[in-house]
Amino acid sequence: MPFIPHTETEISEMLAAIGAPSIDALFDEIPAALRIKSLAGIPDALSEMEVGRLMQARAQQDGRPLNFLGAGAYEHHIPAAVWAIVTRGEFYSAYTPYQAEASQGTLQLLYEYQTMMSSLTGMEVSNASLYDGASALAEACLMAVRAHRKSKSARIVVPSSLNPTYLSVSRAVVEGQNLSFTVLPYESGKGTLQFSKLEALKGEDITAVVIQQPNFFGQMEDVDAITEWAHANNALVIAVVNPLSLALFKPPGEWGTKGVDIVVGDGQPLGVPLSSGGPYFGFMTTRMEHVRQMPGRIIGRTVDLDGKQGFTLTLQAREQHIRRSKATSNICTNQGLLVTAATIHMSLLGAAGLEAVAATSQQQAAKLVDKLARIPGVKVVFDGYRFHEAVLQLPARVSDVLDALAKRNIVGGLDLSKLYPELGNALLVCATEMRTDADLDTYASALADVLERKP
Amino acid sequence: MSNITEPLIFKHSRTGRSAAGQYPQGATAEVPEKFRRRKRAALPEVSELQAVRHFTRLSQLNFSIDTHFYPLGSCTMKYNPRACNAFAMLPEFLGRHPLAPSAVSQGFLSCLYELQEMLKEVTGMKGVSLTPMAGAQGEFAGVAMIRAYHRARNDLQRTEIIVPDAAHGTNPATATMCGCTVVEIPSLANGDIDIEALKGALGPKTAGIMLTNPSTLGVFERRIQEVAKLVHEAGGLLYYDGANLNAILGKVRPGDMGFDVIHMNLHKTFSTPHGGGGPGSGAVGVGQRLLPFLPIPTVGKDGDKYRWLDENDLPQTIGRLSAFMGNAGVLLRAYVYMRMLGREGMHRVAEFSALNANYLLARLKKAGFEAAYPERRASHEFIITMKRQAKELGVNAMDFAKRLLDYGFHAPTTYFPLLVPECLLIEPTETEAKEELDAFVDALIAIQAEAEQDAAKVKGAPYTLPVRRLDDVRAAKQLDLTYGMRSTE
Amino acid sequence: MSNIPADLKYLDSHEWARVESDGTVTIGISDHAQGALGDLVFVEVPEVGKSLTKGGAAAVVESVKAASDVYSPVSGEVVAANDALSGSPELVNSDPYGQGWLFKIKPSNTGELQQLLDAKAYEKVVADAH
Repeated sequence: MPFIPHTETEISEMLAAIGAPSIDALFDEIPAALRIKSLAGIPDALSEMEVGRLMQARAQQDGRPLNFLGAGAYEHHIPAAVWAIVTRGEFYSAYTPYQAEASQGTLQLLYEYQTMMSSLTGMEVSNASLYDGASALAEACLMAVRAHRKSKSARIVVPSSLNPTYLSVSRAVVEGQNLSFTVLPYESGKGTLQFSKLEALKGEDITAVVIQQPNFFGQMEDVDAITEWAHANNALVIAVVNPLSLALFKPPGEWGTKGVDIVVGDGQPLGVPLSSGGPYFGFMTTRMEHVRQMPGRIIGRTVDLDGKQGFTLTLQAREQHIRRSKATSNICTNQGLLVTAATIHMSLLGAAGLEAVAATSQQQAAKLVDKLARIPGVKVVFDGYRFHEAVLQLPARVSDVLDALAKRNIVGGLDLSKLYPELGNALLVCATEMRTDADLDTYASALADVLERKP
Repeated sequence: MSNITEPLIFKHSRTGRSAAGQYPQGATAEVPEKFRRRKRAALPEVSELQAVRHFTRLSQLNFSIDTHFYPLGSCTMKYNPRACNAFAMLPEFLGRHPLAPSAVSQGFLSCLYELQEMLKEVTGMKGVSLTPMAGAQGEFAGVAMIRAYHRARNDLQRTEIIVPDAAHGTNPATATMCGCTVVEIPSLANGDIDIEALKGALGPKTAGIMLTNPSTLGVFERRIQEVAKLVHEAGGLLYYDGANLNAILGKVRPGDMGFDVIHMNLHKTFSTPHGGGGPGSGAVGVGQRLLPFLPIPTVGKDGDKYRWLDENDLPQTIGRLSAFMGNAGVLLRAYVYMRMLGREGMHRVAEFSALNANYLLARLKKAGFEAAYPERRASHEFIITMKRQAKELGVNAMDFAKRLLDYGFHAPTTYFPLLVPECLLIEPTETEAKEELDAFVDALIAIQAEAEQDAAKVKGAPYTLPVRRLDDVRAAKQLDLTYGMRSTE
Repeated sequence: MSNIPADLKYLDSHEWARVESDGTVTIGISDHAQGALGDLVFVEVPEVGKSLTKGGAAAVVESVKAASDVYSPVSGEVVAANDALSGSPELVNSDPYGQGWLFKIKPSNTGELQQLLDAKAYEKVVADAH
C-alpha cells in the first residue's frame, strides 16, 4: 500500500487494542445513509514510474518556448544551490514555527529575510510574507484603512498604470469592507500617472495613494512628486515594487522627503521559478509606527531561559488564532518555502549581484526594443526611462501574432488590447538577463517574418 | 540535534566578498539621478560555500516530518512523497510563464483539469476552483460566494455567519473580512453541536454556517443531516471547512452531507508540503447553487483542448484572488499524489489515519491519560486533557509538549481548541508506523513519571534543543524584528 | 484572591471606574483581569476627544497569548489617556488601580454610573468565574 506502513499483523494488534472488530467499525458514528462505497471517478493508482512517465509526457507537451513575457512574473537565473537547500526535508516538510525551540532554523531564516527586505525597500520592518504580490496589495489597502485613523473615507487612489490584475484582486479581497477605489488615467505618450488628475483631488479625504514603480508598462513614475503630494494631502502612500529593480532604483523608503508608508510586491524575481504562476510570495514592509496594523506572521529576536539568543513568532495577538473575528486579517500561513528560496538567493547574489542582474536585464530589454522597433510598422508606444519591459504597437492583431509566434516556439509577450483598448494593437514585452543577444535576434526575425505574412 | 547555534548570515559577511559565478558580469545601468539608489541594500556578502553551509546548518535546527514524528493536531503532517516534488519541478513546468498562450500549456492545463475533476469526485461537489492560495483564502472565497449568492437573490439582510465555539480562528476572522457578523454557538459535552442553540441562532439574517466535520474536537458530527436541514430551511447555506477532510476521505463526502461549499487544504489531505508555514493551497468546491460564483480562473475543456475560464465564462464570479493561478506548483504536487493513491488509496487515507488515531487514543487511555471525549470514536485526531496534571502536579499541557521535544517528538497542538482546558490535540496521520506510535506513548508515560517525581524538570524543558524556552514577553515588548534594529551587538 | 477596592465601580467584563472630584471618570481593568491576561505587552488607549458609548470597545490590552477589548462603563468624551502605557504596559500588571489607569471620560449621562456593579457584586462575578 503506497505510503501506508501497516502489516496485517499490526492491523490486528491495533484493532485488538482499540477493541474494534474491523477498521470499518471505526467509522460507525457516521450515519450509514451517508457512507459511500466507491469513488468511481478516480482512476486506478499509478506507480511512481508510471506517474513519472505521465508527467514527463505532459511537460514535453508544453515544451520550453523562448520567453519574452513578464507582466508580473520574470524569468531569471536561479543558482543551483537555492532549490537544492529549499527542498531539504527540514525546510520542505516542517510547519509554521509554533514550537519555537524546534523551529529555530525556519525562524532565524525568516528574521534574516525580514532584515534583507527592510533594507532592500528602505523601510523599518517586514512581515514574514503574504501569498503573492496582488493579494499583498489588497492587504496593504486594508492595513492603510486601519493605520490611517484620521481618514474616514476608506478611499484608495490607484493609477491605471498599475498591474490591472492587482487591482482586480484588491477589489475582490476587500469587497466586503466598504473600501472604494478611484482609478486615475495615465498620460498618453508617457504611460505614467497624469499628475493633474491627482492634483484635482486636492482637499478630498483620501486614505492612501498606490504607486507602482516601475509601472505595469515598464515605465518609471515620478514617485517623489506623487509621494510628496499624497503626504501633503494627508494620504498614506503604498508602493508596489519589483524587488529586483530596487538594486538599481531608489527604495520606497526614500521617495519624497519622508518615504512611503507601506511597500508591497511580488518576491518572485528573487529566486522563485516562473512555475506557471506560483507558488510565489508577497512581501510587505512598513514603518515601525504601523507594525501592529501589519497582517501576517512576524518574527522577533529574544533570549531563552539561559539568556541565549533565539527567535520566535511575535505580535501574535494581531492574528486570527487569538483575535478571531477581530484579527487584522484571516491570513494563517505565509509562503515560507518561497521566502526560504528568496533569502538564500539574496545571500548568494548580494546587493552587487542583484544590481548586475537588474542592469543586464535592463540592457537586454533595451536592445530588444531597439531591434523590434526597426521592424516596419512596429512602434514604441511610450517615451521615457524604462526598466526591463516596454509597450510596442504592432501593425496586426496581437493575439494572431502571438499565436503565430507560439508556433515558432516563442512566447512573445502580453496582449494589452483587451486590458487597454485605447492602445490599439499593443504588446507588452520583456527581456531579462536570461535572453542572449542571439535570442533577441531570433525573436526579431520571427516577428518580422510573422508580420510580413500578415497573420 | 544538540545545543548548536549558527550565527546570523550577516556575521559571515565581508565587504567585497561574493558568489560572483552566480550573476552576469559587465553590464552597468545608467540610472537618472532622480531614480538612482544611493546606497546599496545591506544584503550579506558571502561566498557560495558560506551561504550553502549557513542555510544547511539552519535547516538542521528544525524538526520536520522527514526527521521527526510530527503529530500536530488539525495540521495533517503526513509524509510528503518526494515524487510529487520531483515531477512538479520538471523544467518545462518550472519554466512555463503563467500567461503563456494555451497552445503551449496543454500539458499543464490537463493536469489542473483532471485535478478539478478528482476533487469534485472525492467531495461530492459540482464545481471546483483551484485558485485560493491557502486554507484561509479558500474560506474567504467560500464565504464571499455565500454572500454573492444571497445578494444575487436580492436577499440583502443575510449577513450573519454561524460558527461553533470550537472552530478555527480563521473562520470568524474570514466572516468578518467578508463583511459578515459572527454568531457563535456552543458545543455539547459529547462534542456534538448544540442543536437547540443552533435553532436559536438561525433566522432571516442567517447567511450560512461554517462547520468542520469531523470537528476540531476530533469527533464526527453525528447529527449533520439534521443540521443541514435546519440551516437550509432557514434559508442559509452550509460551508465545510476542509481542515479535517483527511479523516473521511473515501468514506463520506461533504456534498452528500448537505454542504453547499467546501475548501480543501491540499497541504493537509493531499500531502503537499507545509514548507515551514506555506505555501498552502485552499481549493474550493461548490454545489449547484454556487457554481456561477466560483473564483477565476478555472480550467475548462472544449473537445480535446483545455483552456482557462475567466469572467467571460463566469460573469457572476467573485473575481480573482491571485495574480495568476494560485499556487500552481502546489496543485501539480497534489495531482501527482492523487494519481499515485488512485481510487483505493483514497479510502486508505481515512482508514489508516483513523486506525492510528484510535490506537493511540486507546493506548493513552490505558496508560491513565484523560481523553476529552472518552465515549467517542476518534476521527483522525483526538484530544487528551492535562487538567489533572496541571492541578495536582503543576505541570501543564505546554510543559508536556516542550518535554516531548527532548524525547525527539514534535509536540501535538496545544491549547486548541480553546474550550478544552490544558489540551493536547493529537493527529498521527496514516503514514506513521505502529512502532513510532508506541514510542510516542512510551515518551508520554515517561514524562508523566518525571512530572510526578520532579515537576521542575518537566517545567524547565526542553534541554536538548538549540534554545530553551524563549522570553515571549520580551520579544513582544522590546521588538527586535531586523538585524541592526537594536544595538544589542 | 485578587484585590477589589471597595470604593470603585465595576463592569462584569472586568473594567473599573472611579468618579473623580471634578466629575470625570477614570477607567482601568481590574486586578483579576490583569492576572488572567498575564504580562501585558501592549496597550492601546483611545484618543482624547473621542466620544464613547457605554459598553462600546474603547481600548485594547494585549498579552503574549491574548488580546482583549476594554469596554467603556459610561458614555462620554475622552478627556485624558494614559500615555505612559505605550512605553510601560507592565504598569497595568503592577498597579492596575493606580498608575495602570487607561483613560478618563467626561460622562454625558451620570445616571449610567448607577448601573455599574459595586465591589461586592463584582467580587461575586470573579468568584463565579472560577
